[in-house]
Amino acid sequence: MITKTLLLTTALAPLLGAILAGFFGRQIGRSGAHIVTILGVAVSAALSAYIFKLIAFDAHPAVNLSIYTWFEIGSIKAEVGFLVDALTATMMVVVTSVSLMVHIYTIGYMHEDSGYQRFFAYISLFTFAMLMLVMSNNFMQLFFGWEAVGLVSYLLIGFWYKRPTAIFANLKAFLVNRVGDFGFLLGIGLVLAYLGSLDYATVFKAAPSLVGQTFNPYGTVEWAVPTLICLLLFVGAMGKSAQVPLHVWLPDSMEGPTPISALIHAATMVTAGIFMVARMSPLFELSETALSTILVIGSITALFMGLIGIVQNDIKRVVAYSTLSQLGYMTVALGASAYSAAIFHLMTHAFFKALLFLGAGSVIIAMHHEQDLRRMGGLRKYMPITFITAWAGTLALMGFPGTSGFYSKDAILIAVEHADRPGATFAYYSLLIGVAVTAFYSFRMLYLAFHGKERFGHDHHGHHAHHDEHGHGDHKPHETPWVVTLPLILLAIPSIVIGALAAGPMLFGHFFDGAIFLAEGREPLAAMAHEFEHGPIAFALHGFITLPVWLALAGAGFATYIYLFNPSLADRIQQALGPVHRILERKYGFDEFYQAVFARGSVRLGRFFWRVGDQTLIDGMLVDGAANTVSKLAYAVRKLQSGYLYHYAFMMILGLIVIIGAFALLR
Amino acid sequence: MSMIPLSYWLILAAILFCISVAGIFINRKNLIILLMAIELMLLSVNMNFIAFSRYLDDMAGQVFVFFILTVAAAEAAIGLAILVVVFRNRRTINVAELDTMRG
Repeated sequence: MITKTLLLTTALAPLLGAILAGFFGRQIGRSGAHIVTILGVAVSAALSAYIFKLIAFDAHPAVNLSIYTWFEIGSIKAEVGFLVDALTATMMVVVTSVSLMVHIYTIGYMHEDSGYQRFFAYISLFTFAMLMLVMSNNFMQLFFGWEAVGLVSYLLIGFWYKRPTAIFANLKAFLVNRVGDFGFLLGIGLVLAYLGSLDYATVFKAAPSLVGQTFNPYGTVEWAVPTLICLLLFVGAMGKSAQVPLHVWLPDSMEGPTPISALIHAATMVTAGIFMVARMSPLFELSETALSTILVIGSITALFMGLIGIVQNDIKRVVAYSTLSQLGYMTVALGASAYSAAIFHLMTHAFFKALLFLGAGSVIIAMHHEQDLRRMGGLRKYMPITFITAWAGTLALMGFPGTSGFYSKDAILIAVEHADRPGATFAYYSLLIGVAVTAFYSFRMLYLAFHGKERFGHDHHGHHAHHDEHGHGDHKPHETPWVVTLPLILLAIPSIVIGALAAGPMLFGHFFDGAIFLAEGREPLAAMAHEFEHGPIAFALHGFITLPVWLALAGAGFATYIYLFNPSLADRIQQALGPVHRILERKYGFDEFYQAVFARGSVRLGRFFWRVGDQTLIDGMLVDGAANTVSKLAYAVRKLQSGYLYHYAFMMILGLIVIIGAFALLR
Repeated sequence: MSMIPLSYWLILAAILFCISVAGIFINRKNLIILLMAIELMLLSVNMNFIAFSRYLDDMAGQVFVFFILTVAAAEAAIGLAILVVVFRNRRTINVAELDTMRG
């Protein structure tokens, strides 16, 4: 039975942990901080699992509860409430379980950091905010959670606030997200304006009435309301889920500590946009145009961000670009109306990408905070557990048949292949190339870090010296403590098996009925259901004769040849493809463009307003102007004050004569 | 006995007044002359009062004259005292040099 108390406990337990660790961190000490926050998240994870069991296995009906009315303005009601259905339950399990792993991992990763309690307070606060976001039953609370996770992301990217690069990155993330949130807020505003409610159930029920309505921004221009609402909401998702062209903040967010990159910038927060679109499926299904746009933007992100991943040398940035690319896959699935496939990929990706990030973090600990792949190599001898789990994550990421990534990625590919909306063909081929690219860069990272010659131990003080927090020792890398490896193992298991277990019910069963809405007659996954009818294992075996798997294997094989057997080939290819390499290294120039146009443009605009508005108009004319006028007048008048008595007397007499004369004449 | 007409007195008072005004304006040298000119100005006014008092047969005008004389005497005393202090401080009573009030 899902009760109000149960849901409140689930959401508020991490908040309690955050408050205790954040405000009383000094009193409860370092171990106190991680004990309370891990307890809070563990309670939340256990209850989430229980709720998931009720919904998924015991056929518990979806729950829609209003807990508290925040305020009422006329007919507009802002409430705090929970909507728990299959979609929410899935997200809750993903969020709390990954968060729990990251909490445990953090004990090992941050144990030397002076901001230990602060860090635990932030990640627990994040868990609370994310739960509020996914459990919400109205737009207001969704927006609250949306902004709260954005805030915690900002705080955590800038966690090492003494590094200028971290401060730059968190400001960048915040500003780029503002652009997205502006669109999101406009979208919510339009929903309120046209449907008169913020409550999901009411809005979704009334949504079909939007069809055919038009919005008239100016003149005779008319926009279809459903398309406009969906595009604006999707702008929010683009910001949060880092889709081109609002993706620029995610690679820079790697300035934050690695556990954060795993929890926030890979597994949960960046998928909030995907979740939001899936949640709003009754709205998005109304607009073919919006879905086509989503399809195209997602496929651009999936392919082109993956390509950048090939040339990155920072281990975390490779994984970051991989995340961008995988978010692109999810977005494409949304655009193809395959919402369940998007959520399924979101779930599998959360596990294997958190695994890869935490694995990268484990490598970084072992290398004494060295992140450059060119200075690693041969680590498999020193850290076998990290090595094996990284292999598991990489196989899942490339979509090796049988792993979780295989099922979710194949579902997306098949859905796009059979989609017939504009842009679907482009998206399908982008994704196919993307599969090979994904396999290539993930194996490149694997080989550079764990195989080949050992390239560390000499020439330490070149670049990346700023990553050095506590000095290099000359001792060899070592396997990380159990608090680090345990989460790796616990994440590696679902990374491999969850796809086979969950693919059937989540993609083809009735699991998401009532949570995700599809327009009449739309069956994006019907083609896959046909192939899947002999069960997951047969499907995996069948996978070996399909194109995507061969492309993935080709990418992996190519990477194996270049980085394992013929390392000098990489440099030669790089030289041969000089211009392409440079374009990729500069990330297509998005950063330069934004710097030059938006950042410098804003500065210039600000300077203009400062000069003209502030200095000339307000200061020059009003404030200083008034004082100057008085002073000039006084300067003129004081010439009259000669100081000679007879002048004053003369003026007196003159004045007297004038007054008397005036009297005499005017009478 | 033939009365001197009122207008004669008034003209005399006006002439005295003009002389005193001229004394204030034209005098650039001596502070004492300035004080004397002011006294003369008061006397010319007094003369007007007395002339009208006789002409209108009203004693109020002469009462006023007594008041004005009293005030004039006090004023002269204070004025001369100030003059002495000014001379002590600045070693001069030249009006043209007393321009501390200039803006």
